[in-house]
Amino acid sequence: MAFRSNASATIPATNPLRPLFWRKAQNRLVQTISVIALILAIGAMLWILGTIFSRGGDALSWAFLTNPSKPYGLPNNGIANALLGTLMITTTASAIAIPIALAAGIGLSEFGKQSRFANLMRFCINVMMGVPSILIGLFVYILWVVPQKSFSGFAGAIALAILMIPVITRTTEDMLRMVSDHLREAALALGCSRYQMIVQIVCKSARNGLVSGILLAVARVAGETAPLLFTALFANTWPREFFSNPTANIPVLITESTTNSPFEAMHQIGWGAALVIALIVLLINIVAKTCFREPKK
Amino acid sequence: MNTVNTAEHMVNSKIKVRNLSFYYENGHQALFNNDLDIHENAITAVIGPSGCGKSTHLRTYNRIYSLHRGQRAEGEIWLDGVNILSPEMDVLSLRRRVGMIFQRPTPFPMSVFENVAYPLRLHFKLSKREIGDRVELALRDASLWEEVKDSLHKSGQELSGGQQQRLCIARAIVTEPEVLLLDEPTSAIDPVATLKIEDLLLRLKERFTIVIVTHNMQQAARISDQTAFFYKGHIIETGPTQRLFTTPKEKQTEDYITGRFG
Repeated sequence: MAFRSNASATIPATNPLRPLFWRKAQNRLVQTISVIALILAIGAMLWILGTIFSRGGDALSWAFLTNPSKPYGLPNNGIANALLGTLMITTTASAIAIPIALAAGIGLSEFGKQSRFANLMRFCINVMMGVPSILIGLFVYILWVVPQKSFSGFAGAIALAILMIPVITRTTEDMLRMVSDHLREAALALGCSRYQMIVQIVCKSARNGLVSGILLAVARVAGETAPLLFTALFANTWPREFFSNPTANIPVLITESTTNSPFEAMHQIGWGAALVIALIVLLINIVAKTCFREPKK
Repeated sequence: MNTVNTAEHMVNSKIKVRNLSFYYENGHQALFNNDLDIHENAITAVIGPSGCGKSTHLRTYNRIYSLHRGQRAEGEIWLDGVNILSPEMDVLSLRRRVGMIFQRPTPFPMSVFENVAYPLRLHFKLSKREIGDRVELALRDASLWEEVKDSLHKSGQELSGGQQQRLCIARAIVTEPEVLLLDEPTSAIDPVATLKIEDLLLRLKERFTIVIVTHNMQQAARISDQTAFFYKGHIIETGPTQRLFTTPKEKQTEDYITGRFG
């Protein structure tokens, strides 16, 4: 191969150099702005956590976590029924949303690619992610609560599931897309069917990402309040009639006890519940970020 | 221009490609009327400059291209007298008979042992012991056993690049295919590991028919019995490697192997 020789490969020494000063100043400016922004973002989070801890910390006790909620004035007021209710609503919502969203994400990534139907689906998912959660609450209220003639924990679960589906679908598609096509071809080249390739190789390869996507969606809806106001509502009882009656849950308990009561003791309970849900969400986030992080290559 | 040497018809051809053309989804034609005979139990090297269609050609032998919608092949590819491009051909059993190794090693997200056992379980009903035996045999055949026998349960993705590629070879040969396709198998691997894989291929040709795409002409000259030179989707020249590299018949072949382009 002939090497193309270049007559003017070197820059003459007399060429004027661009001054470095502006480039360096620019660099320093952008650096400073990002550091300030970072401090503001982390500062806000710490401030929120600090407030919740200082106000809600005093409320926390074993009795607080194990007794059900009661109207103001009764002894041994707690949040146990709301904790259980939130657990039931979130678990049911996950049970509804995860299979649908995983299937949709797999469909978009493995079969959809650039088809018009897939692009329409993606657009709808993006819109769904932006819909205010209170609208989802109203939607379920009209389509489920009104015909059933009763608020119920299950209605709340439907609302939360609708919120979770676009989030999980999106992360599932993104995670599966990160799996290299080489791996897909290698699986097919061994004689896998397409189904075997997707389930046994592609999903397995992306499993950490899939699980953390699900956990982040759970963490996101666990503290949702607006959709539950129209669906699960609240009750000072244990959630025995999950499918047919209002069901206690933490977010609405916080709203009720802090905004609907003039009594300091009730505010205290609200702060305590806020601390508990914040800790739960924080924990889920930490688990999602650490345990299921992709191993470094 | 498509030369099929009549004298070479005497040798047993495992694969006979006739009038093969290939189109990508945008209508771009990548292969033009390829004719090629792949000899049984020999190594056939497919050489040519980047983008000449050599990988595309190889990817028709196991119809792996059909993963991508819109890509299509026309013509005939006869494997032991059966046209694998015909719609009746079952691709899953075709791919058990025709294994493939890719440019980048592709270990699955599972242990070394499970990587090799995976295709066995896919195609055969075997006892645990038989699987264990055949995995060991395949790893030995791929010259990897000594290096991994104490860490069979380590993730396959933690091996070095050269080891990963030999793992993929073990995975491809464990089901005893008849043909092995290799698509630039050493271009992502260091020279020492490359030599190991070349030695391995020379041993494996006793049992398999091997087709290797390579842009490394020295590699083609070192290991192959037959060579096909591709240029712009056409097969310009085919023949015994020795002959093709010493006395090429076509001007373009000579230009390429003497390094005037490519």
